[in-house]
Amino acid sequence: MKLTKDQVKKVARLANLPLTSDEEDLPEGEAGKYSEQLSRVLEYIDQLNQVDTTGVEPTFNVSGESNIMREDTTVASLSQEEALSNAPQKKEGMFVTKGVFEE
Amino acid sequence: MQNSKLQVKNQNLTGLTLIETLRGLKEKIFSEEELNKAYLNKIAKLNPKLNAFLKIEKNSRGIPAAIKDCILTKGIKTTAGSKILSNFVPPYNATVIEKLLEQKVNVIGKTNCDEFTMGSSGENSAYGPTKNPWDLNKVPGGSSSGSAAAVAADLCTFALGTDTGGSIRQPASLCGVVGLRPSYGRVSRYGTIAMASSFDQIGPLTKSVEDAALVLEWISGGDNYDSNCRKEKFTMQPGKLRGGIKGLKVGVPKEFFSQGLEGGVEKIIRDAIKKLEEMGAEIIEVSLPSCEYAMAAYYILVPSEISSNYARYDGIRFGNTRENFGDEVKRRIMLGTFALSTGYYDDYFAKAARVRTLIRQDFQKAFGPSTGSGCDVIVGPVSPTTAWNLGEKVIDPLAMYMADIYTVPGNLAGIPGLSVPCGFSKGLPVGLQILGKQWDEETILQVGYAYEQATSRRKEKPKLSF
Repeated sequence: MKLTKDQVKKVARLANLPLTSDEEDLPEGEAGKYSEQLSRVLEYIDQLNQVDTTGVEPTFNVSGESNIMREDTTVASLSQEEALSNAPQKKEGMFVTKGVFEE
Repeated sequence: MQNSKLQVKNQNLTGLTLIETLRGLKEKIFSEEELNKAYLNKIAKLNPKLNAFLKIEKNSRGIPAAIKDCILTKGIKTTAGSKILSNFVPPYNATVIEKLLEQKVNVIGKTNCDEFTMGSSGENSAYGPTKNPWDLNKVPGGSSSGSAAAVAADLCTFALGTDTGGSIRQPASLCGVVGLRPSYGRVSRYGTIAMASSFDQIGPLTKSVEDAALVLEWISGGDNYDSNCRKEKFTMQPGKLRGGIKGLKVGVPKEFFSQGLEGGVEKIIRDAIKKLEEMGAEIIEVSLPSCEYAMAAYYILVPSEISSNYARYDGIRFGNTRENFGDEVKRRIMLGTFALSTGYYDDYFAKAARVRTLIRQDFQKAFGPSTGSGCDVIVGPVSPTTAWNLGEKVIDPLAMYMADIYTVPGNLAGIPGLSVPCGFSKGLPVGLQILGKQWDEETILQVGYAYEQATSRRKEKPKLSF
């Protein structure tokens, strides 16, 4: 199937991907770089429809492991300082982030 | 004894395999300091041209290994080839790094890769492409581009890479080195920057098959930080590596000799298969009919896992903000977000997960002793082509994806695969792919070793006259 420019914008919004205006509105002819590229990929992927998967269980994991348990004990972890060491902004030993609620 | 000592001494230190290096150190033929100095000198000379390393660590101790930059190294900047992590200094080591440190292996540098390991040429790195040591106008393959180039140019004793859809085997093939992707779950993924969690696996790129077996022994084994990681450590049974291949059943799938396979590559692979037959293996034709759909299934499942994994890059706890993602990362996040969105989940994600089951069953049938063909290994090309020109496929994502057409099926099935150098087409290396049963790295290493010993491929090195 094809992915229109509007669908690309919607998907980008869902994924919290800020597309630059360049990428959203390239001049006609090059319009919608991602729309064109992703449509080609999706057209290729459409061949999955040729496969009969009636009664076939899906595979989500190939390791064969399940319900891995461990002892309920505490182990050493990163210190607060280490955990914050890569934060772009920190304040009083915490991450700084945008407010969730309106003032 | 006297003779063997002289042999090592007369050889360039950087030309030694890992096994030879360990022997040289043990016999005190050279020191760790001399070894590290030799490698650092060579890196200083060649890296400006190759761009294999993003960061170089000037140690004088330990066995120098090159580590793909998507693997966390405590206190050493780790970017995964992305602008998002341009200033990221990990506060902890990946499990594989801890395991290597126990073996007195040191990080000599962090190697370039496609951004967040998404790519097949190394060109998606935000820090410029790595060049192929055999021809500086060609790509080295990807995404473990820097690791493969570093091993090929003798800039490290061995390297670690990651393989989600071919990212160890394909660059190993294009650079003429040995690359091993272990079974999914053989090596802990803790501390590896995830691309697609149900596919990612760490493995070695080395100068010989025996080296790959040793590194896998070092890095495998249980880890409480990765629930998918198998408890049992990989160990090569004594004598198995040198056991020969007489009577082994080698499957050749016709699906691996189809779409886009270059004539020159096909000839070399057919010759390699003939060689295996001469060495006593039984060659049988097998069919993996669902592998035709492997790429389509892969490019739904992997982007879907990416779209979920990459929500973590929020620019709050670490890293830069999301507008710093490169094009390929954005494409995959969008593709995955679309495939998982309301109304499309069943047609895309669920369908692809069912096709994954069919592909696994194809392999089980080919390997099955009672119900199937009873193959011990399956062989074919790693890559349909040799290294291509830099820039050739950058604007065509689908063409780039097809470079992994023969490696992706193994990742969908979770089975191990080895790339072994098997010749040259127009002066560029070709790799033979040897796929094995899940958890049976031993047999693919056995076949790879026998082939390597029977040919002189491992002794051929790039000229590096630049």
